[in-house]
Amino acid sequence: MRRTLPAYLAVGLFALCLPMLGIYPEFMMQVLCFAMFACAFNLLLGFSGMLSFGHAAFFGAAAYATGWLATAHHWGSVEAIVAGVAVATVLGFVIGALAIRRRGIYFAMITLALSQLVYFVCLEAPFTGGENGLQAVPRGSLFGIVSLKSDVSMYYFVLAVFVAVFLFIRRIVHSPFGQVLKAIRDNEARATSLGYDINRHKLVAFVLSAALSGLAGSLKGLVLSFVTLSDVLQSTSGLVILMALLGGSGTFFGPVIGAALIITLQQYLSDLVGGWVTVIIGGIFVACVMAFRRGIVGEISAFVERTAGTG
Amino acid sequence: MTLVFGVPLVAILGQLMLGLVNGSFYAMLSLGLAVIFGMMGVVNFAHGTFYTLGAFAAAVSLSWLGIGYWPALILSPIVVAVIGVVVERLLLRHLYMLDPLYGLLLTFGLALMGEGTLFQFFGSSGLSYPVPSVLQGTWNLGFMILPIYRGWVILVSLVVCFSIWFVIERTRLGATLRAANENAPLLQAFGVNVPLIVVTCFGGGVALAALAGVLSAPIIQVSPQMGQSLVIVVFAVVVIGGMGSILGSIVSGLILGLVEGLTKVIYPEASNIVVFVIMALVLIVRPAGLFGKE
Repeated sequence: MRRTLPAYLAVGLFALCLPMLGIYPEFMMQVLCFAMFACAFNLLLGFSGMLSFGHAAFFGAAAYATGWLATAHHWGSVEAIVAGVAVATVLGFVIGALAIRRRGIYFAMITLALSQLVYFVCLEAPFTGGENGLQAVPRGSLFGIVSLKSDVSMYYFVLAVFVAVFLFIRRIVHSPFGQVLKAIRDNEARATSLGYDINRHKLVAFVLSAALSGLAGSLKGLVLSFVTLSDVLQSTSGLVILMALLGGSGTFFGPVIGAALIITLQQYLSDLVGGWVTVIIGGIFVACVMAFRRGIVGEISAFVERTAGTG
Repeated sequence: MTLVFGVPLVAILGQLMLGLVNGSFYAMLSLGLAVIFGMMGVVNFAHGTFYTLGAFAAAVSLSWLGIGYWPALILSPIVVAVIGVVVERLLLRHLYMLDPLYGLLLTFGLALMGEGTLFQFFGSSGLSYPVPSVLQGTWNLGFMILPIYRGWVILVSLVVCFSIWFVIERTRLGATLRAANENAPLLQAFGVNVPLIVVTCFGGGVALAALAGVLSAPIIQVSPQMGQSLVIVVFAVVVIGGMGSILGSIVSGLILGLVEGLTKVIYPEASNIVVFVIMALVLIVRPAGLFGKE
């Protein structure tokens, strides 16, 4: 932490000043929401060794719940967000309890299949607006005191939540619970023989990850003021995997960088190349798997360690 | 008119027949997945894309080159298998010693690339493909009307799937394949060319997906996204059946198609999700899958 502290301070200062720098705040908020999503996902992939292929289910279901409560029932923003997170938590408990019955590749396929189930429910349920999704979701205010209508106030709200989530995940990973998770990731049989209840640890990690993904989804719904089927779609699950993988799964800052890169790519490249963006994203996937499996941050820190070792 | 659950029997039989057609596709795709997984430990996410490519190869060769249904039935699986073999040799081969999840991620990336490219060239509406003239029309079976082409699809799928099962489980060639699966280094020490077996199995699994694609081309609109949701259903089928079993993947594919057809009659809203619900139930009762051993 001490070595990386200056870097964190610099990034924090940059994030605080961002609205003054003329960068489109809505874009930055989207980056922050997806960075939060990727960090939550990485809690599972990077620190517990479980590859979920269905995290869009939590992201999207929470976004729908928040959007529906805020639009149709005029709930306040905070209450609607809490409800969204609650939905994601319950969903995470159900899907997690089923998925942890298998490991590795089966775990990935089960989470994918169950998230497809959630997708079909969202497609056909009466309150999700079907193919149209939910439009004109109001951003509302923080307990009626601070209005979130302006991009700047919304930005600082999202930034505050993001920082809280980031520190919370750091805290989890460095806690005794997080150490057990890492032990399970590295050698499940040995962790069992040491007397740890593997399934309970896995399930708690899964539910935490689902809840935080839901928080990201709820915020994203409010930021953009709409929720659509693409939020629960399998391609969104794929995108968050790519963000963690590209930045470096198993590192704290990797998913944030991955999310920033992918969202930037999607926004600016789609103007240039149109539908080829999907092909490019697929290409990045292939490149990540073939060439740099540790991700950007992982490769850099490995490089630093190597040079420090020889020097 | 005979009524079952307040639904005409003819309607039920019709839906069951459609379900069996879908089940035939599930069986062919999950069989291919099982063969590939058994041999190289890779779950091929691009399986749906190879299925789509098979259909496109048939549709494009008809409209550009005038190659009809019957040659396409043989040619497009071969063409798609060649693509698959190139993928295996260039990319997949380097991942065998790593965690199998990397194979899943690689093929997911490849699926995005393949489907994205098809989308750029053909758009989302896609192409239509005619039913070959010999197989047009219907048969009146007395208790129901069977469109001949759908009957043909079921027949081809059953024959192909069970021949493959026979070859793998009951012949000397199959014994070699199973040996390569069991202990590749030992088999290699006996002088068998194991990498050749691996690449053949991958090509074969991919060709099977492409064959399913050609068979489905006259029934559904040939579009870039036709394989996308199918592959997820097939994953669920594979989890239900247990991926280690050849026969299990065939039988569970067919049965789940039938169950889906039946759901369309009884409770249509649930027909999209019934396979996933069954998967969840199987996971609770028998986590290793119906035919799996663990």
